[in-house]
Amino acid sequence: MSTVLATVGYSEAWWIQILKSLVIFIVGFSMVPLALMMDRKLMGRFQNRYGPNRVGPFGALQPMADIFKLLVKEQFRPRTSVGFLFAIAPAISIVTACVAFAIVPFGNTVDIFGTQVGLYGIDPSIGVLFAFAFSAIAVYGLMLGGWASGSKYSFLGAMRSAAQLISYEVSMGLSLVGVIITCGTLSLTQIVAHQDSAGMWLFIPQFVGFVVFMVAAFAETSRPPFDLPEADAELVAGYNTEYGGGRFASYYAAEYFHMVIASGIAVTMFFGGWLLPFGIDPPTWVDPIVVLVKLTLVIAIFVWVRATLPRLRYDQLMSLGWKVLLPLATANALVTAIIVTVK
Amino acid sequence: MSLEIKRWTPPGEDVIAVQRGPEPGGAGGLYRAFGETLRGLKTTFGRLVEGPIVYQYPEEKIPVYPRFRGRHKLHKFEDTGLEKCVGCSLCAAACPADCIRVVAAENEPDHRVSAGERYAAVYEINMSRCIFCGYCEVACPFDAITMGHDFELSDYNRDDLIFTKEMLLAEPLERTPLRSEDE
Repeated sequence: MSTVLATVGYSEAWWIQILKSLVIFIVGFSMVPLALMMDRKLMGRFQNRYGPNRVGPFGALQPMADIFKLLVKEQFRPRTSVGFLFAIAPAISIVTACVAFAIVPFGNTVDIFGTQVGLYGIDPSIGVLFAFAFSAIAVYGLMLGGWASGSKYSFLGAMRSAAQLISYEVSMGLSLVGVIITCGTLSLTQIVAHQDSAGMWLFIPQFVGFVVFMVAAFAETSRPPFDLPEADAELVAGYNTEYGGGRFASYYAAEYFHMVIASGIAVTMFFGGWLLPFGIDPPTWVDPIVVLVKLTLVIAIFVWVRATLPRLRYDQLMSLGWKVLLPLATANALVTAIIVTVK
Repeated sequence: MSLEIKRWTPPGEDVIAVQRGPEPGGAGGLYRAFGETLRGLKTTFGRLVEGPIVYQYPEEKIPVYPRFRGRHKLHKFEDTGLEKCVGCSLCAAACPADCIRVVAAENEPDHRVSAGERYAAVYEINMSRCIFCGYCEVACPFDAITMGHDFELSDYNRDDLIFTKEMLLAEPLERTPLRSEDE
């Protein structure tokens, strides 16, 4: 194998890889309606109301109804739009989101009917950089979508989103450098293994990194208080102004998928992945459930923050990213590096 | 004309200084922002603990007050069964929205409808125009028309919102819960 390519920690037979990628895709994608539903129901509870409770038991079928409604709508396209790019841009968004989910580990390598299977899509040696690479490509989805719409609102929204995502990607990456230095590896499974052997989840020693990561994650997933890409009071709807129906649904799903991925990375990097606290060591089949529960709790934090904070002004967003988070993340990385070296 | 520069004098006792927060920015600002964010999170979490304070409207209705002005009712005398309305059209005259239409007719000895000389042959209220001001109720000399408590008056057709005399005389469905006196 060429040394330019990243090495993969453990690789199975091809049919297991296809099978498990399908399972992980289905599990990951069913987190999207869950996140959507949590978003609406929890938001309601935070505002002393119920949230949607009409479709199905406790409103549980609301996301299905939403998605169905969007899918049966007419595929509208502005006359000024660039056809091919207009159609492909939402696909880029959702595909990159799905690919990035592959690195979130749900457990270590386990023995299923005598076959060794890693409970993750892929465990490359570049680890979290893989996710950053794909979330950087996801910016193309927004940019192309906004530009190809042939509308000024879309274009302005796309510019704004791109600027925001690129700015916060820097702080997000740097906030994880502390974790990477502490563990001495980029591989997510090995980071969890390090937290296991250290006996401490990394959000305690890397608290500054954790806070910076979470703030940057809110901005990366364009969640409130950083939902400027869809600041409807100023921009109509941002880059997806001209989108409707299924294409809008894929943008929407990609947005929630990004939230799930960010939560997954946060769980793996800072909350010990599939580990349980207080030395509880359950059988391996519990591991994915532990990860999913932690994932849901982190998503709940996303919703909680959404219910609390108002949207930032654009210049505040930029100055927070470049003047506060970036120095903080850099200082955190430096201090961690010094401590690790001295130790 | 010369510009006179007033020297600053300390404000009197009646002047209240505006309370301003500390300047944003710096390490202190960052610390305060973090603290205030946590305070905000605590506030919203309190709402979560409180639980919803919502009426599930079509199933749960908020009781209306006794003097609530809803859909009109026309009345009959309880003993004789005659209509109270004598077709005087005072309600139509008082109506600022001009939504009441009354056509009066003479009572015949063999065909008595109301207690007076005349009765309302046609009595229509256009509910899509009515502003529920209650002036008709005030104008009526015989208390023949009063404001009821029903407010669910939506319909699919505008024509269906013109309530005829029979509809107004009929015992209302009373779908609206009423508050008790001391509530």
